[in-house]
Amino acid sequence: MSRVAVIGVGQSEFVRAYPGSVRELAFEGFKDAMRDAGLTPRDIGASVICSAPEYDKQRSPAGVFAEYFGLNPQPTFYVESLCSSSSMGLRLAYSLVKSGLHEVVAIIGFQKMSEISSAESQERMGRGADIQWESPFGTMMPAYYAMYARAHMAAYGTSLEDLALIRVKAATYGQLNDKAVYRKAVTLENLSNPTDRMAGPVASPLRVGDCCANADGSSCVIVASEEKAKAFCRKPVWILGVGAATTSVNLAGREVFTGLTAAREAARQAYAMAGIGPGDVDVAEVHDCFTIAEMMAYEDLGFAKPGEGRELIRSRATYKEGRIPVNVDGGLLSKGHPIGATGGSQIRTIVLQLRGEAGPIQVKDPEIGLVHNIGGVGLYGNVSIFGR
Amino acid sequence: MADKKETDERFKKFGTVSFTSLTKTNDFIDHLENGKVAGTRCKGCGKHFFPPRADCCLCLTGDMEWFEVSGTGRLVSFSKLEYGPAGFQDDVPYSIALLDYGAFKVFGRIGREVPEAEISVGMPMKTIVNRLPGGKLNYVFVKA
Repeated sequence: MSRVAVIGVGQSEFVRAYPGSVRELAFEGFKDAMRDAGLTPRDIGASVICSAPEYDKQRSPAGVFAEYFGLNPQPTFYVESLCSSSSMGLRLAYSLVKSGLHEVVAIIGFQKMSEISSAESQERMGRGADIQWESPFGTMMPAYYAMYARAHMAAYGTSLEDLALIRVKAATYGQLNDKAVYRKAVTLENLSNPTDRMAGPVASPLRVGDCCANADGSSCVIVASEEKAKAFCRKPVWILGVGAATTSVNLAGREVFTGLTAAREAARQAYAMAGIGPGDVDVAEVHDCFTIAEMMAYEDLGFAKPGEGRELIRSRATYKEGRIPVNVDGGLLSKGHPIGATGGSQIRTIVLQLRGEAGPIQVKDPEIGLVHNIGGVGLYGNVSIFGR
Repeated sequence: MADKKETDERFKKFGTVSFTSLTKTNDFIDHLENGKVAGTRCKGCGKHFFPPRADCCLCLTGDMEWFEVSGTGRLVSFSKLEYGPAGFQDDVPYSIALLDYGAFKVFGRIGREVPEAEISVGMPMKTIVNRLPGGKLNYVFVKA
């Protein structure tokens, strides 16, 4: 069976309010990946455009981007699975190449969160879940993850300080990432001092510092058939496994509250497809939209047993020099979370790591990398595994 | 002017802000008006659904009957919001929560009168109808 490779990765800087239009923002990630791959638009057989549409004013952005990127007359289409849209884009691009329909496919993720007013944003925030049965109670994304945090604490004794340690790690690496929106240090003191902004309550038990930074940004991943990858690329990174799963949107339909079942199922699929286990992963990017999300990812991915995720962060095993480095690019917490662009940015970090081109955050000689990207409150789970 | 067709928009009364007006489960609102929180049960396979559904995805039928959510559930988790989305700013702070009744679970809010210090994961609670300003309705969890 022929393989599928990533032959180019790119992203824009993640910023608070991008001073341009969405096509210009998306072009930044595309341009970066095309230069990385050394391709021209003529080499791209099809493009997959990924975002969360509630933030878009442009209807059907795929066709608009295709023209702006010089990708006419090739086909393009749009895919969304909330915050995991561009990982779902990778899954689709993988199947387009694997089927033989296309040889080179570009996955472009973007989000201009500042495209809509803060009042419009406030209105959309209330519709982030089951609008018939949950939203009438006044739900918001942080409160759902806060409920998982509370359940994890009750079941395993995970503490607020354990969660703060994850934030401190993210900020350690965010300072080294010139694409990150938040480049300042965060200390345990910041999250424990009641007068500090980072310790301000959002949705108990989560604080401001437990929540990721909103950002505008774009990312691009270019995948190719084995034949094209070998022709175009000096250091192809192979897609070894792609897993994807779902669960009930309404919390009432779920059975587990100490982890995300869609992430566990996606991981099981990806590990089986790659023929590896959690112990074989050398570097990982996980979806830390909130500190508790990274803690649960440690356990859902099998890096730690259920309830023992805190030992990984306490022992610094997920730092760059540790047993299983996680989010050494600052993660969503510091790098920022432009919804549709996030998965592609995570893939970019892993690809640069596997090529040995990650600069100050380079992990020592990794062979296998993993991306865990979640849409909604565990509604969509995507896990992808890459190898040299 | 043609006669305006009457539509059944009872569901607009559900919660502080309802985002849904038309649903086949509109009778849920009548049950609330009568002081009952109700789910649906499939007559074919007996599965309980809460929130109520009009369709059973196991039997692929819509042959459902209503049942009352009664007795006590166990508090699975909760969170107190300090910020609310549009339309809820006057409600904050409030706590959302999930109760486990065994055959089904119920997502909702904890009653304002329950002191935060007395709320803990695992405690028994019950679900009661709550009347809101403007004739709106929801349900809240209180100590059992």
